[in-house]
Amino acid sequence: MAGKTLYDKLWDDHVVHLEDDGSCLIYIDRQLLHEVTSPQAFDGLRLNGRQPWRVARNLAVADHNVPTDNRAQGISDPISRLQVDTLDQNCREFGITEFDMHDIRQGIVHVIGPEQGATLPGMTVVCGDSHTSTHGASAALAFGIGTSEVEHALATQCLVQKKAKNLLIKVNGRTRPGVTAKDIILAIIGRIGAAGGVGHSIEFAGEAIQALSMEGRMTVCNMAIEAGARAGLIAVDQTTIDYYRGRPYSPKGADWDAAERYWRTLHSDADAIFDQVVELSAQDIKPQVTWGTTPDMVVAVDGVVPDPEHASDGVKREGMRRALQYMGLQAGQKIGDIRLDRVFIGSCTNSRIEDLRAAAAVTKGRRKAATVKQVLIVPGSGLVKRQAEAEGLHQIFLDAGFEWREPGCSMCLAMNADRLEAGEHCASTSNRNFEGRQGYGGRTHLVSPALAAAAAIAGHFIDPAELPAEEQA
Amino acid sequence: MKAFTQLTGLVAPLDRANVDTDAIIPKQFLKSIRRAGFGPFLFDEWRYLDRGEPEMDCTHRPLNPDFVLNQPQYQGAAILLTRENFGCGSSREHAPWALEDYGFRAIIAPSYADIFYNNCFKNGVLPITLTSAQVDALFSELRPGYRLSIDLEQQTIVTPVGETLRFNIDENRRHRLLNGLDDIALTLRYADKIRAYEQQRAARAPWLFRDA
Ligand code: SF4
Repeated sequence: MAGKTLYDKLWDDHVVHLEDDGSCLIYIDRQLLHEVTSPQAFDGLRLNGRQPWRVARNLAVADHNVPTDNRAQGISDPISRLQVDTLDQNCREFGITEFDMHDIRQGIVHVIGPEQGATLPGMTVVCGDSHTSTHGASAALAFGIGTSEVEHALATQCLVQKKAKNLLIKVNGRTRPGVTAKDIILAIIGRIGAAGGVGHSIEFAGEAIQALSMEGRMTVCNMAIEAGARAGLIAVDQTTIDYYRGRPYSPKGADWDAAERYWRTLHSDADAIFDQVVELSAQDIKPQVTWGTTPDMVVAVDGVVPDPEHASDGVKREGMRRALQYMGLQAGQKIGDIRLDRVFIGSCTNSRIEDLRAAAAVTKGRRKAATVKQVLIVPGSGLVKRQAEAEGLHQIFLDAGFEWREPGCSMCLAMNADRLEAGEHCASTSNRNFEGRQGYGGRTHLVSPALAAAAAIAGHFIDPAELPAEEQA
Repeated sequence: MKAFTQLTGLVAPLDRANVDTDAIIPKQFLKSIRRAGFGPFLFDEWRYLDRGEPEMDCTHRPLNPDFVLNQPQYQGAAILLTRENFGCGSSREHAPWALEDYGFRAIIAPSYADIFYNNCFKNGVLPITLTSAQVDALFSELRPGYRLSIDLEQQTIVTPVGETLRFNIDENRRHRLLNGLDDIALTLRYADKIRAYEQQRAARAPWLFRDA
């Protein structure tokens, strides 16, 4: 019998009940809750007189709607405020632990989970948010769910699921200097397409993936959903173990030893069979920039906007034409000629300490281009913010004319006051370049933190390695 | 949950691939803490020429005449015909809430994003998967007043000329949707199994059970 993939192992470990048609009742070890997708789930519980099955397995935080400045004054938008207040009330009523807006541990749900050790290797993790795939970086089976499933997981600690297929993506060899986790995942999505992973769980492997820090691995798994996969996974290794040692919710003492032993089994067996395998050479990956309105519309920073006439089929051609029109770009235009109005460094993809360090390294001693209206730096959590300040990163950003904000989702989806105006181009370290995502009519280009910082300084896209030295103080 | 058995309805074509849930229902409407009332904001940015805000009255907003759902021949449509990877992006269940509230009870496409697909079943919306060739054929056949008859029990679609297309769907999902069953109540029938699982898991992974 062939060995098991990492996904098979995690799946098998959580099956409570198997139905005749192959669907399974899967046990959920951790649910993360936030204000946007939970109110109707709590209403459902109340309506049916149900209580959470295992209340301690839930952890809540407000992130999507919270303001990233002047937090002491509360939330000025009454509709946003009601939603955040509703989360507070629901958590109080049902006895769920919540990091509220003034807690140092507050932050983007996918940043605080690993940071607190609340999401661990080997767990099943769900959240009413598609980027729950982030937690797969530590070999947790983590996926986004809808609000009805949030209610279901609250009430039963289980979900009805059908097993996905196994897709292995191997990134062979080492990346070139200046190429980051974000560039790797954008290149992967460019290669397999925005629907390339539908129906699959992706395991990311290969030397270039193993060489990444936990933060980098989270960036990669975060965007598995942008390739259509519900979950992304990376095997446990020493990097994983070292990351979780000593986190507030990590196991302690003898529990830790037992956990570590188990976690070290969380990798695909050498003879495991995948339904599909895709291999990339890390050497070929350059810093990436999206030009269109789906994440697979992506090219290298030294490339040009592609021509729809070269598309392989009619539906694609139409999609590309529409994207060019929305983005206000011409086929053949150099990526380096795209002028930016705003820059956003943040989101659950790239707001961890390593991301801020990468952005600061490029920014140090330089200043924002006069043509760029605003550069927002939004740390992923209160603890990331504190760490960055201890390292003096905030000063580098402030000296460059950037804004240093409080943690939250911010301009990733523009549910709070941070947003683009119609027609503005934004270099963004987030994960979605959909029409209107960062504000009505806004034009998003997805990039790494280093590229975003370089764009903020040059006013257009540029490989950070090519920033003129004279701008350095 | 709302049941779905049979439906004969007008078809509206949305000829785009990768329609994301941000397009189906833009984020500003996600601030609502209710489940109802999203229909007027379905496809808000494509449908109207101005910018939509939550709780606004849509009756006098300027419509985008080029958007398909604003064309007179598609008023009252109950079936949405579209392209691959429909419902990609954010997990927001507000997307099927908005589609259902608008009046769509069935969608036909070559593929769906996984989370969206699941969410549809929870809300009495039937997402039907056909091959790309079948979807192409429906797009080219479509004329004003084009109606399809869908039968979930039989797993069939009948076209106006009487052609019958079969579609596949998981038995479990079909059963739940046909009968409008409460998923949570169904799962709670296995409460003893869940407890037994917790016991044996606690023996294997005690660090996950220090709370109880
Ligand atoms: S940062 Fe963006 S993608 Fe991540 S959870 Fe928040 S809104 Fe969603």
